[in-house]
Amino acid sequence: MSIEYVIAVFITVVGASTPILFAGLGELVTEKAGVLNLGVEGMMLIGAIAGFATVDLTGNPWLAVVVAAACAAASSLIFAFLTLTLSANQVATGLALTIFGTGLSSLIGRSFSGRAIHTFDTVFPDALSKQPYLKVIFGYSPMVYLSFIMVILVAWFLSRTRGGLILRAVGENDLSAHSIGYSVTGVRYAAIAFGGAMAGIGGAYFPLVLTPNWAEGLTGGRGWIAIALVVFAGWRPYWLLGGAYFFGLLGTLELYAKASGASWTSILPSEMWAALPYLATVVVLAVISVSKSAGGNAPACLGKPFIPST
Amino acid sequence: MINLNRRRFVQVAGAAATLPLIGRQAFAADPLKIGFIYVGPINDGGWNTAHEAGRQQMLKALGDKVTSIYVENVPEGPDAERVLRDLAQQGCKLLFATSFGFMDSAMKVAKQFPDIKMEMCTGFKKAPNVANYNIRFHEGRSVIGTIAGHLSKTGVGGYLATFPVPEVVSGINSFQLAAQAVNPKFRTKVIWINTWFDPAKEADAARALIDQGCDVMTQHTDSPAAVQLCEQKGIPTFGQGADQSKYAPKMCKTSTEDEWGPFYTQSAQAVLDGNWKPEDEYWGMKEGAIQMAPISNVPDDVKAAGDKIIAGWKDGTYNVYAGPIKDQKGNEKVAAGKALTFDEILGMNWLVDGVDGTLS
Amino acid sequence: MRFKLEKRAEPSRFMLYATPFGSVLVTMIVGAIIFSIIGYDGLGAVREVFLTPILNPLKWQEVAMKASPLILIGVGLAVGNRASIWNIGAEGQYVAGALAGTGVGLLTQNATGPWILPLMFAAGLAGGAAWGAIPAWLRTRFNVNETLSSLMMSYVAIHMMNYFVTGPWKDPTGFSFPQTPLVTADQTMPILIPGTLVDYGILFTLIIAVLMWVLMSRSVFGFQVRVVGSAPNAARHGGFSQKHTIWLVFLISGGLAGLAGIFQVTGPFGQMSLGFPQNYGFTAIIVAFLGRLNPLGVIAAGIVLAITYVGGDIAQTALQLPNASKGIFQAMMLFFLLASDILIRYRVRIVGTAPTPAAEVAKGAA
Repeated sequence: MSIEYVIAVFITVVGASTPILFAGLGELVTEKAGVLNLGVEGMMLIGAIAGFATVDLTGNPWLAVVVAAACAAASSLIFAFLTLTLSANQVATGLALTIFGTGLSSLIGRSFSGRAIHTFDTVFPDALSKQPYLKVIFGYSPMVYLSFIMVILVAWFLSRTRGGLILRAVGENDLSAHSIGYSVTGVRYAAIAFGGAMAGIGGAYFPLVLTPNWAEGLTGGRGWIAIALVVFAGWRPYWLLGGAYFFGLLGTLELYAKASGASWTSILPSEMWAALPYLATVVVLAVISVSKSAGGNAPACLGKPFIPST
Repeated sequence: MINLNRRRFVQVAGAAATLPLIGRQAFAADPLKIGFIYVGPINDGGWNTAHEAGRQQMLKALGDKVTSIYVENVPEGPDAERVLRDLAQQGCKLLFATSFGFMDSAMKVAKQFPDIKMEMCTGFKKAPNVANYNIRFHEGRSVIGTIAGHLSKTGVGGYLATFPVPEVVSGINSFQLAAQAVNPKFRTKVIWINTWFDPAKEADAARALIDQGCDVMTQHTDSPAAVQLCEQKGIPTFGQGADQSKYAPKMCKTSTEDEWGPFYTQSAQAVLDGNWKPEDEYWGMKEGAIQMAPISNVPDDVKAAGDKIIAGWKDGTYNVYAGPIKDQKGNEKVAAGKALTFDEILGMNWLVDGVDGTLS
Repeated sequence: MRFKLEKRAEPSRFMLYATPFGSVLVTMIVGAIIFSIIGYDGLGAVREVFLTPILNPLKWQEVAMKASPLILIGVGLAVGNRASIWNIGAEGQYVAGALAGTGVGLLTQNATGPWILPLMFAAGLAGGAAWGAIPAWLRTRFNVNETLSSLMMSYVAIHMMNYFVTGPWKDPTGFSFPQTPLVTADQTMPILIPGTLVDYGILFTLIIAVLMWVLMSRSVFGFQVRVVGSAPNAARHGGFSQKHTIWLVFLISGGLAGLAGIFQVTGPFGQMSLGFPQNYGFTAIIVAFLGRLNPLGVIAAGIVLAITYVGGDIAQTALQLPNASKGIFQAMMLFFLLASDILIRYRVRIVGTAPTPAAEVAKGAA
């Protein structure tokens, strides 16, 4: 196993992990505010088609990222309106959003099938980004570096700013936050919209970076993985980064196991490699739910509607 | 609740079923209604695009003697059965099921509607009103293999495969045999991704193969994702189903182009003339069912080698499946001086020596 | 003039039953408008999707067969949701039950007799229940959120199925295609109405649905579930153990989902293949909601959703409406239903200008 091989695998893992990192960050913020939005897969697909369509029509990938975020955020507002203003059940509404997003993206995507687009150029100059060893650090598309920046921003926001404190309070004890005078509904709207925007960017990553064309169901269920990821990471942004790469690695391993036929990969049938991330999440769930002292529990109000007692 | 007993249900259903017949007697010169079901989107740029192009050619050739309906993205299973049944109920008399996974559904519907003709693409089951049609894809794969053998420096080719059905297995074997004829040390690595269409997975699998040392790649999937990846990575590759060079202008050296139009036209004409027979058709380069896109971006001698293979198929002087051929275990499957029969190719479930990978 | 939401004294029963109908109706109207705007035949789309399956007798059998799994799974989910227990993993329990039943089928491939099919059903029920037991155990033992754990187990089940179908259980005569052997004659669900596709599965489903309705509305268990769902503290005082309820709910909904799975294997599918998971487990959640968590309502809701599936295919063949429209209509129905939920608890009042103190006094005196 040469160093070149390890680098190649690592680069593939980065590619696989970035979309779930984006979507996971968004869902983390949403859940920290106490809302469980299961519509991530739908929002990612909306972001994917919006991003693809924008590049196809304008040729500008950065504009595509913005449009993808905006469209997905808009779709998340449907969810927000139903669950926050109309107090609808969050689980059912999230599912409806997934089905809606899947259908809508397919519908719009029909006009764009079979077209190839131009994507991002690498950020760093060729000397760095194409160098056989340094490319492991410098060779990625701008969206990868953006994802790292977002992790730092989200972590800083949640733990070091007043806004983050309010958001966490709303998620842990909405009635108290409300009585102090914070707008629980307002904060949650914002958190949901942020979650939508990030899911949209994560979805746009697929056509903009991974496979520069459009196909129905392009995201292949990664939205659900992002939801699992948030739980796996104990609602902590840096753990989320690690978790995203862990999931990305496991997913990539399935294919590399098949390709190499190396003996160590056959301790498990290749299909079970693909199941590992989910099993791992369940185990982690059990561990963190039992030991309260481990910290990073689910926000206490997760999934519960806010009913002010006035 | 619906109050239904068996007799009433059968009465109503039976009455409804005769309606199309009454309609038919009144209007004897109705155009022939033909139905097509596709396993993926017509815009996939590969397999389904080619079928749709064939359907359009048929419509142009036969004009207002026929009309047709197509349904895309039909999942294999009971849904396919329902769609086929719906097409039959809407008056289609000729149905084309364009993927292996539709076979069982097609057989069931063919049994329910004995007066329609069912054409199964790449299938093998038989019935009085069912015929199978197929293209000798291995002819195209041998051209690709020849070019790959010339271009590869590492002597390792990557093959992104889908399901281990005979059409795919035969493609792999043909590729390996042709490349081996150019470079006796050539090997082919295979990954099975168990889906016809999943661009993200195809790209990842292609990456995995390239990381394993493959410096030429080909694939049997329905989207151009792998081809695009090869363009990015500078790996020579080949398109399948349709000319995919627009996705990889420098790296896509040629593509196998499936020409379904002539067959669809012939089959529809047979139904119109009343002499359709449930016979299996297996066409190749000679019949114009498969063509190669112009070989480009390769040295002249490589292009000449590829063209020679094409000519060889057309005039019958070349057969990639001429013996001696050994399988992976070393058994001789074809003796020197003999060649595989069509039936053996259509039922192929073994891999030749030189292929790295198993059948699952 | 503005609208004001006024809390009702009591939840409106009328709205409870009217809103599902209303949401379907509104979906038809809005759907027709939206599809017309984007360039398709909007009215035709609504006609083919919603009306043709009802009006065309040839389609009734398709609707019945599509409704069967949705109803069966939906009934199980309705029980759970009543207890405020969110089983999102019905898809996994459906697959696990189908696998268990298929396993028994493979063992009995060369046997004959009328005992085979019931045995497969029992295996399906047990397999689904066992898969549902996992989130139940995680919840009662480790306090793990059952929504998330059941969802994760869904994916594990599907990958497990992929393993069996591409590996040990692959049909040796199937040309290496990833599917199990077809069920034998003794393993096939018998047809209920000769000359049609309608098999006994739908009959069993309807019987079970009615039984569950009786259970929920007339038995202590049903009462227990509802109390645990709406007033957990009162439930504890009444001696109803929440843990006990969680276990029962998951075993029932998991078991029913698993039963639906084996019904599909012995019925329409005839085998298991990679394309076996059809998202029935997720669609059944919509069915449960649309049916207002009442087993009889679930029957109606299952039929409505089945109509959109069958109608969606008809719209594709008749109008070339894209496949994706099905999902859009279904999502719209659920959105409108969820949006209209609020009308059950609140009444919409049109309020005029703000009343002046004099007017208030005058009103008070009158």
